[in-house]
Amino acid sequence: MSTLEAHVIGVAPAFTGPSRWKRVRHFVGSHPLFVIGLSMFVIIVVAALAAPLIATHDPLAIKFSEKLQPPSADHYLGTDSMGRDIFSRVVYGARTSLMVGVVVVGLAIGIGAPMGLLAAYFGGRVDTVMMRVADVFLAFPPLLLPIAITAAIGAGLFHAMIALAISWFPWYARIMRSSVLRVKSELYVSAARAMGVNHTNVMVRHAVPNALTPVVVQGSLDFGYVILAAASLSFIGIGAQPPDIEWGLMAAAERAKFLDFPWTVLCPGLAIFVTVLAVNLVGDGIRDLLDPKHQEFK
Amino acid sequence: MSEEVLAIRNLRIEFPELFRTVEAVRGADLSVRRGEIMGLVGESGCGKSMTAMACLGLVPPPGRVSGHVSVDGFEVVGRPDRELLPVRGGLAAMIFQNPGKALNPFFTIGRQLTDVIRLRHRHGEQESREVALEALRSVHLPDPEIALGRYPHQLSGGQLQRAMIAMALACEPKVLIADEPTTALDVTIQAQVIVLLRELADARGLTILFITHDLGVVGSLCDRVSVMYAGRVVEVGSVRDVLESPAHPYTRKLLATVPKLGDGHSELAFIPGQVPDMAFPPSGCAFHPRCERASPVCTKSDPDDRDLGAMHRVACHHAHGAGETEAPGTANGATTP
Repeated sequence: MSTLEAHVIGVAPAFTGPSRWKRVRHFVGSHPLFVIGLSMFVIIVVAALAAPLIATHDPLAIKFSEKLQPPSADHYLGTDSMGRDIFSRVVYGARTSLMVGVVVVGLAIGIGAPMGLLAAYFGGRVDTVMMRVADVFLAFPPLLLPIAITAAIGAGLFHAMIALAISWFPWYARIMRSSVLRVKSELYVSAARAMGVNHTNVMVRHAVPNALTPVVVQGSLDFGYVILAAASLSFIGIGAQPPDIEWGLMAAAERAKFLDFPWTVLCPGLAIFVTVLAVNLVGDGIRDLLDPKHQEFK
Repeated sequence: MSEEVLAIRNLRIEFPELFRTVEAVRGADLSVRRGEIMGLVGESGCGKSMTAMACLGLVPPPGRVSGHVSVDGFEVVGRPDRELLPVRGGLAAMIFQNPGKALNPFFTIGRQLTDVIRLRHRHGEQESREVALEALRSVHLPDPEIALGRYPHQLSGGQLQRAMIAMALACEPKVLIADEPTTALDVTIQAQVIVLLRELADARGLTILFITHDLGVVGSLCDRVSVMYAGRVVEVGSVRDVLESPAHPYTRKLLATVPKLGDGHSELAFIPGQVPDMAFPPSGCAFHPRCERASPVCTKSDPDDRDLGAMHRVACHHAHGAGETEAPGTANGATTP
């Protein structure tokens, strides 16, 4: 068979591209918004993790003698109506917001993605039941359902997170379902079945990894909206309750004094804005990066 | 040599739709003996691929299958999915038209190969890697160690088809079902894959059901050939018999459509009419609307198989005789009314 082998072109050697530094520079140049968003997000995460080191004051310490002070060298972002240091509270607030984002998106994907997977993979009655359940939850306006749920089970950050996850999971069920439907018709799924792979393994090894990309992208984009929604719930008083440190709650507590002491509301508001912006930029970037048509280096 | 490894008897596959039922396969018979390469040819939509899927019990829902398919003595039709898992890959493996899409883009070739091997043999990691390497070597994939670490998109179509064949053969199946494995490859690679399949069949006594619409490939690879039309096998025989003295008018027309090099810009031959709508197949012989030999009896009764000797069988009321030659021009659509 040596004549045959002589015709066969060998497997190409590994791609050797430009140096690492050049590739990093090219990456930054071609994805500037993603890099900016990622940098902002990393700073926020570091702030959340190292909050005790960064905060200049105890975020819960009430000092009426120093209430409503404008930003100064001692209190970088001023103080609120109870004399608490707003900078320290904003830093600690990052912990709450990131935790809310991770838990709610995680729960929503954890409930929604398996539902979508089963619905799409088995189809028929399973599909109908799963997706009609999801549709029921989708029928409510996005903030109304959490309001109703917290009204039923009580206010509080934990309840608000569960309520948000319940109102968010149908989206992931739908995305996962459509994604799995696409993967299901791929030839490699038929090929795996033809090799004698059982349903469980086809789902776990073939359907899930190939179908998860849109879910991950949606999750990274929703992360920001979830933080915003949680802040909104706290703002209207059914989310985080004192003494929780939460940006929406901080803004709500001082909203009457907004015109006279704008920093009390602007600082937590800006924190929400910057975080959501950073997360959305990162989410957009992830979407571009995971799109195979955008891969320059691989 | 005479032992039947794949036996299909009166296979029917129907797809019920809202107001009609599409009969994809209507009583197909097929018999492949051990060590034989059987070609299965026919136009698109004649039920070739569905027949192949039925061999593995993989007819997609809502398809209804009846008749008998036995793979190495194991009856496939009517078995629940769970009992079919050992058949798929174990008794009969399948390779596909588009190797680039038949492999999961998420995992390396090596990972997918070893997964399949471990599914069958319960080998350890190191051991299944060895088996995978050996399998890649046996299909003459160059640099198998490197190929193991590659993702499907990093290999060419020919290399992928070799990897697919390696994967199919790693489980040592009795039958390899090849569903147009060369259609998506360019001609030189196609020739290599055909040489490889021939070599594997000779070396291992592998039985192959080779589905294609390329009669040239059939001539160079297969021992016997079955011609399918509208869900039935209309002619079967040795490659020599069928290609040199085709008895069924459809086989004749199919052969006449193969373009020849050096014919200048002669008009491409084609078969007039089109493949019938399988929800409403023609009465009698399904080919009669396109057949110039058709007589009133063809519209009324579906012909039974007739033996022409030497295992050459044909289902036609007016089969061509052995030495009979086609009147010039009759295969060309332009001259038929």
